[in-house]
Amino acid sequence: MYEYDVIVVGAGGAGLRSAIAAQEAGADVAMVTKLHPVRSHTGAAEGGINAALRDGDDWELHAYDTMKGSDYLADAPAAEALCQESPEEAIQLEHWGMAFSREDDGRVSQRPFGGLSFPRTTYAGAETGHHLLHTLYEQVVKRGIDVFDEWYVLNLAVSDEERPDDRTCHGVVAYETATGNVEAFAAEDGVILATGGLGQVYDHTTNAVANTGDGVAMAYRAGVPAEDMEMIQFHPTTLPSTGVLISEGVRGEGGILYNDEGERFMFEHGYANNDGELASRDVVARAELTEVNEGRGIEDEYVHLDMRHLGEERIVDRLENILHLAADFEGVDGLEEPMPVKPGQHYAMGGIETDEYGQTCVDGLYAVGECACASVHGANRLGGNALPELTVFGKRAGTHVAGGETEAPKITVGKTDDAEPGEVNVPVELGEPWEGEAVADGGAAADTTEAVVERTLERERERVNRLLDRDEGTKHSEIRAAVQHTMTKNVNVFREEGALKEALADIHAARQRYRDVYVADPSSTYNTDLIQTIETRNLLDIAEMITMGALAREEFRGAHWRKQYQERKDEEWLKHTMVSWSNGSPELWYKPVVLEGENQTYEPKERSY
Amino acid sequence: MSTQRQQAETETDSAETETGQEQRLDEKRRRAEERERERVEAEERTAADAERYHLKVFRYDPEVAGKQEPRFDDFHVPYEPGMTVLDALIYARDQFDASLTFRHSCRQAICGSDALFINGSQRLGCQTQLSDLDQPVRIEPLPHSEVVKDLVVDMEHFYDQMESVEPYFQTTDRPDGELEEQRQSRENREKIKKSTRCIWCGACMSSCNIAAGDNEYLGPAAINKAYRFAMDEREGEDMKQRRLEIIEQEHGVWRCQTQFSCTEVCPKDIPLTEHIQELKREAVKSNLKFW
Repeated sequence: MYEYDVIVVGAGGAGLRSAIAAQEAGADVAMVTKLHPVRSHTGAAEGGINAALRDGDDWELHAYDTMKGSDYLADAPAAEALCQESPEEAIQLEHWGMAFSREDDGRVSQRPFGGLSFPRTTYAGAETGHHLLHTLYEQVVKRGIDVFDEWYVLNLAVSDEERPDDRTCHGVVAYETATGNVEAFAAEDGVILATGGLGQVYDHTTNAVANTGDGVAMAYRAGVPAEDMEMIQFHPTTLPSTGVLISEGVRGEGGILYNDEGERFMFEHGYANNDGELASRDVVARAELTEVNEGRGIEDEYVHLDMRHLGEERIVDRLENILHLAADFEGVDGLEEPMPVKPGQHYAMGGIETDEYGQTCVDGLYAVGECACASVHGANRLGGNALPELTVFGKRAGTHVAGGETEAPKITVGKTDDAEPGEVNVPVELGEPWEGEAVADGGAAADTTEAVVERTLERERERVNRLLDRDEGTKHSEIRAAVQHTMTKNVNVFREEGALKEALADIHAARQRYRDVYVADPSSTYNTDLIQTIETRNLLDIAEMITMGALAREEFRGAHWRKQYQERKDEEWLKHTMVSWSNGSPELWYKPVVLEGENQTYEPKERSY
Repeated sequence: MSTQRQQAETETDSAETETGQEQRLDEKRRRAEERERERVEAEERTAADAERYHLKVFRYDPEVAGKQEPRFDDFHVPYEPGMTVLDALIYARDQFDASLTFRHSCRQAICGSDALFINGSQRLGCQTQLSDLDQPVRIEPLPHSEVVKDLVVDMEHFYDQMESVEPYFQTTDRPDGELEEQRQSRENREKIKKSTRCIWCGACMSSCNIAAGDNEYLGPAAINKAYRFAMDEREGEDMKQRRLEIIEQEHGVWRCQTQFSCTEVCPKDIPLTEHIQELKREAVKSNLKFW
């Protein structure tokens, strides 16, 4: 058994930043990550970091933009923390040497982005995430923090009291990819989940193959509620054939969207008369698909993003990476022709319920970054708000877990007895567990860290052996493909009750098939077949939570559009959709949004761009 | 298919009262139609076969009988426009052999997981179009590395070299104010820009003859990492001296024989050889200064 004060699961931006903070606060830290840190998908972020650094800008303007962008589903204490602390975190990165783009006076460059009232998106070319990831990893190397790379965390070691709020997380159990060893990691102070996105529930996504929502699924099964899972961002500009992201920076620099008739549809068809291409992402994604659905798409599939008028010098200076991506993955020369783009799954606004320090309702269990929901982004994330979320909340959680000085949280977590219950009419039984899968297994509550971790270790070793023992059945790749297909078809930008129910039935069928899943590769050396089989199990839970939330929320807010419910209903729906794994079946309930900020209350207004 | 057959049968039905010859002609037409159908189907099959790409993939597993001796497996993967080597490997794994093992994640040439030896050169699988390659497409793990399994190599040595050059920003010149930037000229940022694009894929190290013969050689990627900091004006002159000492060590820049193989294979177009030469010049200049 490995023993540390703090275990960080995942080593993208949020994980790296929280490991640094925890170590600075005096903790002995280890990172356990299924990829080597520099392989993490933070590296694919392109656009930038929103930070109010300049005269004429301030954090309150940024907070206002963020709350408006969220369509008033973000919690103000979290959104304000992001905006207040983003400037110091951006400059901290700069002090760690990050290669930001520069102005003539040597200061870091900023550019306009969608939904922002000030050009505050601080960037490093169109590869800001790459530079952020490498800069943070450099600091982890400098500090000598232990990194267990290519170790896949199978489960959390959580005590099994009946109420999730009474439980404690004591560590994790992980599988070493290279050898097949299953080992326990005890964490004296706590575990921070920083496992990133869940885009692999869709088949057209900007997310990496590794983004399978492992952290959300593990926390969910340990009893932690998942929040606002239906809020999925579809990025308006992804390459049609692969889903590769074309940065919002292209539009920030002045790129224009055209339909098949050569119309600048954002203005000409009235989708966003003021901001046009720089309206919020949900608005632009719907506009593009509306154009396609009404017959004005190119090849009935996509629209054009044109940046030629910006000129070669500016494009090469600020967007060079976009030229490479368009050439390598779509065969298009962005200097000579417009680039084909269409919406693709990009980001999960929802995730593991946390307060503004990353704490969940399970003692000692934290979550930060895309896997978490504090909630900063509500129903729609603004471009440029994900990277500062990684550093701001990474630092907050790392400091908190190691006992550093922090204020009392204003956001509450966990299900209280007076929580508003939810009801949703679903066509199938949800979340059916099977033998050995439920975390809260009703056994005697173990009280020592060692006992809890040892018991989890034993159970995970059994699970791995059980999967390896079978030598016939269903392939995980078939199940995964079925989930991706139904989610892309039925739980996309435009959502309709019948299709959502169809998706739940398909997910239910996929769950049934998973009972017969088998791992074909018998090897204990680098068995990716086994890891993907376990990831697919996580994807089933994630897909179900997203669809269930989408069915429950009978209104149109931010990224969540419902055919039958074409209005935002503030009377009824200023509340978070919560899903808890309760005694083996998902339970739906609601938690009010916190709109009271430090100096003002963010009253919902009509959202137009 | 069924539509045509029904039409033919309908015609036959209505021709029942006609002469025998007409019946025979109908029959002949029907058979002709059937033959045509078969020909079209056969053609489609042939076309489909022509659109299959033939991969020869290196296989090895130290503990699985039959794979302990390295071998090449053949896969025939149906081609779709835009298909990359990585797409083809994923197809082969998901459809034919779930044990086929390779690293990959982002699919867009930024995570650096899938550097492979493809038709004799180091390339990223996700960045290489099948249509640019001669068949059969030969896919092997990176040369000069220990193979863990199939296309997966042990990267530890590469990481050790990267981490041996103090790969983190160090300066004595940090501004006092918490929100004060340490300014950098546009020219200086431009100078280090290409060096900061390294994705740690290991293609350069694998292509380098010197690294193959001298296991302690820092290698192009680590030297480029040192270049990224040595040339950053924000670190200051003292740090630059320290960095030059690191890359001037016995297994440092002077081992490079400017064969340009690293520069040729770099998927991010980093001018690695140039960077190594520039560090050599800087080192000479600085040594002369002290004489």
